Amino acid sequence: MDGQQVKTWESRCIEESPPACSAACPVHVDVRGMAELLAKGDFKAAHVLFCRFIPFPEIIGRICDHPCEKSCRRSEAGDAIRIQSLEQAVVEAGLSAPRFRTGRAMERKRVAVVGAGLSGLTVAADLTVKGHTVVVLEASPVSFNRLRSFDSERLPAAAIDADLGRFGGTAVEFRHNVTPDIGTLVAEFDAVYIGTGPVLPGELAGLVELTSEGRIAVDPLTYASSHPKIFAGGSQRYGGAYSPITSLYDGRCAALSIERLLQGASLTANRDNQGSQPTRLFVNIARHAPLPAVPAADPRGYTATEAQAEAARCFPCQCRECVEVCPYLKDYGSYPKRYIREIYNNETIVMGARKSNRMIDSCTLCGLCAEVCPEQLSMGEVCLSARQGMTEKGRMPPSHHDFALRDMAFSRSDEFTLARHQPGFESSAIVFYPGCQLAASSPDHVARIYAHLCASVEGGVGLMLGCCGAPAQWAARADLLAEMRAAFAAEWQRLGRPLVVTACSSCYRMFADHLPEVPLESLWSLLSRTDAVARQSSPRWQPVSPLAIHDPCTTRHETEIHASVRSLADRCGASVRELDGPQLTSCCGFGGLASFVNPGVADKIIDRAIGQDEADYLTYCAMCRDNFARRGKRAVHVLDLLFPDSDDPAARPDPGFSMRQENRGRLKRRLLREVWKETVNEPAINIELVVSPETHADLERKLILLDDVRQTILHAEASGEKLIDPKSGHCIASYRRISMTYWVEYAEEHGRYVLYRAYSHRMQVE
Amino acid sequence: MSENVTPPPEASDLICAKCKQPLVPGKVNATYLGNTFPVELMRCPGCGFVYVPEALAVGKMLQVEQALEDK
Repeated sequence: MDGQQVKTWESRCIEESPPACSAACPVHVDVRGMAELLAKGDFKAAHVLFCRFIPFPEIIGRICDHPCEKSCRRSEAGDAIRIQSLEQAVVEAGLSAPRFRTGRAMERKRVAVVGAGLSGLTVAADLTVKGHTVVVLEASPVSFNRLRSFDSERLPAAAIDADLGRFGGTAVEFRHNVTPDIGTLVAEFDAVYIGTGPVLPGELAGLVELTSEGRIAVDPLTYASSHPKIFAGGSQRYGGAYSPITSLYDGRCAALSIERLLQGASLTANRDNQGSQPTRLFVNIARHAPLPAVPAADPRGYTATEAQAEAARCFPCQCRECVEVCPYLKDYGSYPKRYIREIYNNETIVMGARKSNRMIDSCTLCGLCAEVCPEQLSMGEVCLSARQGMTEKGRMPPSHHDFALRDMAFSRSDEFTLARHQPGFESSAIVFYPGCQLAASSPDHVARIYAHLCASVEGGVGLMLGCCGAPAQWAARADLLAEMRAAFAAEWQRLGRPLVVTACSSCYRMFADHLPEVPLESLWSLLSRTDAVARQSSPRWQPVSPLAIHDPCTTRHETEIHASVRSLADRCGASVRELDGPQLTSCCGFGGLASFVNPGVADKIIDRAIGQDEADYLTYCAMCRDNFARRGKRAVHVLDLLFPDSDDPAARPDPGFSMRQENRGRLKRRLLREVWKETVNEPAINIELVVSPETHADLERKLILLDDVRQTILHAEASGEKLIDPKSGHCIASYRRISMTYWVEYAEEHGRYVLYRAYSHRMQVE
Repeated sequence: MSENVTPPPEASDLICAKCKQPLVPGKVNATYLGNTFPVELMRCPGCGFVYVPEALAVGKMLQVEQALEDK
């Protein structure tokens, strides 16, 4: 993985962008965090959190001009959260803020703060915490003099004094009733902050530049004046109506600049997030029902119970659009920005376990996350890139894709592959490519479509059986993919480069993405365009109730295919209704080989898909249909409408892995016999197995094929290498095939072998 | 785990079909991805046939395989 690419991916996940309230607050109080704590009734933790952002909670909690509330997204579904009232409830809960702790600066500097208002005392608080020596000089006899003129019921003197009490035990020196000479302060101190409220100290002319309105001209980012040691802020800077939170913010920004000045650091670097600003965080308001604000029985403020109820109205703001629609992303408990970091760490780790291997290989690569993401971030792209890194470095866990790749090897073998012109033709106008999974799921349909195409398409219809290489692509096996691409291209050229007609969406995707020179059409578009089926079909079976159509994820943007399938269903008399529509369709769990790596997550993905509508599903991907059937959903393939062959095709079970391979082999032999009139014998069955449905289901879960069982028994019976359990009379045999050791417990009965148990391991024991 | 109704065999009951001898505990080597560990398993004292019970194959052995794959 390219580090720069990883950063780009990370930046596209907006989950960690602040909620609108915090972004609007000049000092970015974590309002969402406070609301979450208050909703749980944890006032103490909410108070601690508030005090982390606000040095004077008793004051701000009561009189903040709360710009946050105007930006609260709850206002789009009911009333904005009454954040100011919540903060007031927090500070009225009888909790006291701790005293400021004097930090230990490497080099303690002296700072003069002129004016003991909100901006000046914020500078004093922030710099004493940093470990500097602060002297506060105030013209009036008391600190926070202006605030003492507020309505005392709203802001009692006790609240002001409680906040001032936070300076107790610090080294901050307060000098009241003094009007200092700024020039003298500049000579005496390392830095000077001027926060004197509406009235400026008189003798500044010549020391700092002033604006045309007579205010101290300061840089809007750093609050630095034209004099390198003098900073200024507070209401003398912004003028107009008094804003307590703006004064506090001015002090905070100036304190940061002074700290940087004293350290010799850049005043301007990394201040992008400073101050009130918009946020990139996307919030899907439609997910939330409107709720009005909780009324306060006493107009002076919320009770604790009322505050808790009001806080519970906070959504809270988060994006998580992808996590909401993807059981895989939900299962790992976080969101893409963190996953991407984990995945990158997994690749770059030097010592220790690569803990994210399974997570990387559990993604179906279906692309739904990118469809719903406001920034089109695709976790499939991230995971596939990570898989490529794993295979390149030889760190792909062998167990993850071994079974699927062995199944692919079967589909590439002479057992299944075929590439021929229609009998009696020297060339092909089109070549039909049913794909390995349709052949595995419904071989009879393949034979019938091929016969239908041969009868209705002029110029000869070739047939190609094989694998498109999708499992190699998903397993990031570039070597296998290149082999298969070359093999396909050679056969296609031998057939005269005809139009390739695919019945499988994954094959369509693979050819479109990896063989752009191959002219391509989906079977559904061909059938819909030629109108042939409507003329010839005489359905034995028609769905009586509407079907819900589930589109395969691999062709989510192929609108012509979507329209063709709907048109074919309509012509067959089926009434079809939509789920979320083709673009927002989800995977059936087969994509990305996820079901082999993480069957639990794949089942959750299937269960989400099949839970969207009670109707029987209409699919046009054999794997979707079979996976839905495996999880108990009645589902038909569009071929069940076009070429009906049973009274209730929606009840057809998933054939399972063993039968899938057998079906492929049988299909080839049948076509050679029936279409090309060749003599092909079915292989002799040397071991006849008796397998109960429970044991069969167990084998499917363990990815053990009946052929593995047969080979193990065959080996044991031929070599005599087996164990006997005298109690049961069962034989126990083991057999190593390539990378797996298979164990089988069986008993021979009347020339047949009853299977009791099978399991496997990869480790070699000797 | 398996849902088989048949209970798994007791290793101490098993007899090697070739050597007609009961299995005995013995030191064997388990190897995966180039890592080898000595383990004690039931084996035939005659031909050396090693028995791996299902509980071991899908339990501890699987855990070790997966840990080695992620190493």
